[in-house]
Amino acid sequence: MQDPLMIGGVTLTSRLFIGTGKYSRNTLIPEVITRSGSQVITVALRRVDPESSDNIVSHIPSHMTLLPNTSGARTAEEAVRIARLARSAGLGNWVKIEVINDQKYLLPDNMETIRATEILAAEGFVVLPYMSPDLSAALRLKAAGAAAVMPLGAPIGSNRGLQTKELIRILISETDLPVIVDAGIGRPSEAAEAMEMGAAAVLLNTAIATASDPLLMAEAFRDAVSAGRKAYLAGLGPVEETAAASSPLTGFLA
Amino acid sequence: MSFYETMARLEQLPYGTLWSRYTAEDVKRALRAEQVDEEGLMALLSPAAEPYLEEMAHKAHRLTRTHFGHVMQLFTPMYLADFCVNHCTYCSFSSIYDFPRKKLTLEEVAREAETIAATGLRHILILTGESRRDSPAGYVRDCVNVLRRYFSSVSIEVNPLSTAEYAELREAGVDGLTLYQEVYHQETYRALHVKGPKRVYRNRLDAPERGCQAGFRSVNIGALLGMYEWRQEALATALHARYLQDKYPECEIGLSIPRFRPYLGEFNPASDVTDRALVQIILAYRLFLPRSGISLSTREPAALRDHLVQLGITKMSAGVSTEVGGHSLEGGTPQFEISDNRSVAEIAEMLRSQGLQPVFKDWDILSEPLGLR
Repeated sequence: MQDPLMIGGVTLTSRLFIGTGKYSRNTLIPEVITRSGSQVITVALRRVDPESSDNIVSHIPSHMTLLPNTSGARTAEEAVRIARLARSAGLGNWVKIEVINDQKYLLPDNMETIRATEILAAEGFVVLPYMSPDLSAALRLKAAGAAAVMPLGAPIGSNRGLQTKELIRILISETDLPVIVDAGIGRPSEAAEAMEMGAAAVLLNTAIATASDPLLMAEAFRDAVSAGRKAYLAGLGPVEETAAASSPLTGFLA
Repeated sequence: MSFYETMARLEQLPYGTLWSRYTAEDVKRALRAEQVDEEGLMALLSPAAEPYLEEMAHKAHRLTRTHFGHVMQLFTPMYLADFCVNHCTYCSFSSIYDFPRKKLTLEEVAREAETIAATGLRHILILTGESRRDSPAGYVRDCVNVLRRYFSSVSIEVNPLSTAEYAELREAGVDGLTLYQEVYHQETYRALHVKGPKRVYRNRLDAPERGCQAGFRSVNIGALLGMYEWRQEALATALHARYLQDKYPECEIGLSIPRFRPYLGEFNPASDVTDRALVQIILAYRLFLPRSGISLSTREPAALRDHLVQLGITKMSAGVSTEVGGHSLEGGTPQFEISDNRSVAEIAEMLRSQGLQPVFKDWDILSEPLGLR
């Protein structure tokens, strides 16, 4: 089945984006990539150390699309500076904007994210902003030049699933940008649910990195994302409050 | 409003009977809580929690792995100067001790930095004795200008400064501030700090807040455990951290758990903080503040550190010297004796053997170097 996702001029056949943080060793990353089938991987520039013998980027195969993120940025200016550093370090022109001012819940600052998106999109970056699922903010991000929006399902690292489901549903319905559910997804079934709703992709890290068997969990998410996408394309049957009789009861009236 | 008002309230608590009020039910309630409140924190610090350390440890471990993953941030302290104008009864740098004082030149700072950076570490904590004359903010700033060539993050542990001085250092590239209150109990604080500006309790208590106001990315606080009754000190420390976290959500508030260590003098601490007590403190901190970093120093022995890394610790020092110039020059007088002399490579190997990834770099200084402005 041909069902590519186009973002920033890149054609993706996998709709599972993964992360590089929280692993017990960086050498797990190539195996997770293989087992997950993912083609896009986010990496925090804050962790990238080109001078280190264990530089995190050296563990990422060259066929992957790198999505450097601005983790640690508190303001639009910091996010812009980090994105520029990432590009000058040779990490490409994709960037996931993360601007977080709240260290207690790690919730994103939509206003600062919009400002950073405006600046970076104008500079030719493919901007994927991490955001709180708010329709007005999503529309402004689109106007600012975002290539997709990445609403959170629940706070980062919480594994609480699709707590913001209704708001994400509105984003999917009302924007024509790809909606990539990012953060909060803890179970493959939740990834499948996001995809069934019509999300273009999901991004997750904690659920795989902190699983007892990260490689098996990577496979589970690959299958779940694929199954959820197929269900969306197939068109889910309607949900009825009461049992629906398979034979019409009033057919004799015709 | 300052944390001083909270301290005034805490000092009215009936500590004579307070801790014995908590029951096993209170501890279980705190363990079940989505968010532990002040009452829950007190239950977790109380004697009633002692039979529940294992359950607390499992929850603390789970929370830590969820929020921080299998990674451990490594850093090392670098002592720039040991001149001090205070007389504190528990510290080798106290002005009453007669030993050759040292202050690194900028060339020596570069040599130290080069030696430390060769171990792979990219985060550094610079320390001075408390002397505005010998190691003023301007000297620290000049050192930071040298250090940022070698490190991706620089934090400071120096005498309390004004908000403007902190802001100047932040502009120079300092990311974080560490400042221990030493003792939260005011009467004990006055008794232990005999002479010098450090006697002014409130100046020290409010300094972390000034650091938050100045825009540091991280502010790390702690009590020197052992100087006063540990449950009371741990309670004050945790509530201080929560106060700062609530008021300055953009700042990462971290906690340290230093225990008293031998030094030049013969002071003996008032409160014995056993290993069990230290574990209880760490677990209570983690359950009360699930996303806060908790730092572990080389004050603790290697064998204990190897166990504590699974219980809520997120940052630890490695390859440590507490002497001015101790990494590359003739050693000076240590501020206190360390207990874990392992190298950075040895600590990293220990972490890997426990399924943890040592992280040497977790940030980049974002401000422009002063010379380029």
